[in-house]
Amino acid sequence: MSDNLPKNNIFKVIGASSLGTLIEWYDFYIFGSLAVIIGHQLFPGDAGASALINTLAIFAAGFIVRPFGALVFGRLGDLIGRKYTFLLTLVLMGGSTFFIGLIPSYKSIGYAAPILVLILRLIQGLALGGEYGGAATYVAEHAPKDKRGFFTSWIQTTATLGLFLSLGIIVITKNILGAETFGDWGWRIPFLLSIVLVVVSIYIRMKMHESPMFSKLKAEGNVSKNPLKESFNNKANFKMVLLALFGATMGQGVIWYTGQFYAQSFLENTCKLDFNDSRYILLWGIAFATPFFVVFGAWSDKVGRKWIMLSGMLLGILFYRPIYQMFLDDTDYTKIEQTDILSVTPAPVTSILIANSTDSLRTVSTKVMLRNGASFNKVQTDTVSATKGILLGKEVVKDKVLPKPVFWKFVGLIFFQILLVTMVYGPIAAFLVELFPTKIRYTSMSLPYHIGNGVFGGLVPFIATLIASFSGATPLSGLWYPIGIAALSLVIGAIYLSNKRDENIND
Amino acid sequence: MNTLKKFLGLIWMVLGPLTMTFLFMQAIDKVGLTHTDLERTNTILQWAIILFIFLPISLGLMIFGFYAWKGEYDHLPESSDEL
Repeated sequence: MSDNLPKNNIFKVIGASSLGTLIEWYDFYIFGSLAVIIGHQLFPGDAGASALINTLAIFAAGFIVRPFGALVFGRLGDLIGRKYTFLLTLVLMGGSTFFIGLIPSYKSIGYAAPILVLILRLIQGLALGGEYGGAATYVAEHAPKDKRGFFTSWIQTTATLGLFLSLGIIVITKNILGAETFGDWGWRIPFLLSIVLVVVSIYIRMKMHESPMFSKLKAEGNVSKNPLKESFNNKANFKMVLLALFGATMGQGVIWYTGQFYAQSFLENTCKLDFNDSRYILLWGIAFATPFFVVFGAWSDKVGRKWIMLSGMLLGILFYRPIYQMFLDDTDYTKIEQTDILSVTPAPVTSILIANSTDSLRTVSTKVMLRNGASFNKVQTDTVSATKGILLGKEVVKDKVLPKPVFWKFVGLIFFQILLVTMVYGPIAAFLVELFPTKIRYTSMSLPYHIGNGVFGGLVPFIATLIASFSGATPLSGLWYPIGIAALSLVIGAIYLSNKRDENIND
Repeated sequence: MNTLKKFLGLIWMVLGPLTMTFLFMQAIDKVGLTHTDLERTNTILQWAIILFIFLPISLGLMIFGFYAWKGEYDHLPESSDEL
């Protein structure tokens, strides 16, 4: 049936599905990008109980809730259909994002503010867990068998484009309103704006028809009565769920999060790059690499999904440490010669009193410009004590701006990492769709996908930081987590997965 | 290849409990390093979430290893009729 679908219709299907998924990712990312401002506005300054809620809202919803969303909405998708389920996830995601923008500040309603944020964040996580499986299944079930990878790869681009859109809208809003107004109330605009995008997307999705394969199942009365039981209680199917998780999505999750998120955090927190520089590097890298989602998705239609995904994992295993070593070496400004320095500009010395003490903190800051166009700030914070005199603090070098050639070298290194993301992520929707039968596909594919992405991928920053805290650890030690998980997934995938594509998913 | 699949199954079976033991020890270690009550409660909460979510995954890895050891992955289904 799908093979006979007119070409313009398949593009409508892709457009409607991708737009909704893009909005879901946009909604999910703006919270992360604005977490600090939200923390100031909606959480009390003195931490207390709300620090726990804050931890849960930011830490837990990011990964713990998504697999549950996959189960809840996957089951619904296999019971009532793909179209209405992922319409529901869109409404839930857009609605909760909109309401986060409306929550009165902590000063107005007290602890109700952080509790409301937590509830809405959990709804966001659940909705995201349900969205992807629906969109990927819906597109795949419309696509011709020889273009399934190509068409579903458009869905794969939306996670990256959602990040782009969220950063873009935040930057534009902040520039128009100014930093102070943005911090005061302007941060609400990206949240409120979400409702416009959602209404447009709902309108488009409402006009779409149910997936032809699901409609056929329904007409024949073959819809699953209990998708959860049939997915996970049926040994033959459960075996494939486990294989999908350990042989593909687990490795894909860590490669994705390392390339797009850990890289930025490493540049900013470990290499101490300037805020704008680290973001521009990432944005350029993503912009150049995004088309390759479609390239690898389409290529997987010809050569199979398995080896493209596993090659992405292998390249990550081999090149992560050399790449991050280069990041460290090129931002090491400790060995600069006096002749390299163009100018040294001291900033006014600032001094603040330490609460409940007569001591104060004195900050001495100096901006150093180098002849090659690079610059950095040297900041030293000393404790000035009435009884012990001046206790000298450690000098910190931060806000590093790179010379142009190094900047573009870093863009190239990020591009390479995102290219690996496109290799592991581009073909995976088609791969998962082909692994499971139509009547339990939404449920069966959503769970391994969200455990792989949400849990294994989402934990990259946490576990990498944890490993870096071990005694004897170096700044590169955190990479052993994604390298280890990708290596495990590579071995399992190479030995147990088949490269053969299932041409008939109409079963 | 099927022999390799079987023997690797043993490794996956062992890896599950090993991972859980490692995570559990880390949890105790990191909670012990906290200084304030609030910090301790937050760390316990984070680690409880991690242990809660990784326990079923480790069990899954053991089951995967068991299936591999029993030769269940020697032949992968080629159509939905086999599922």
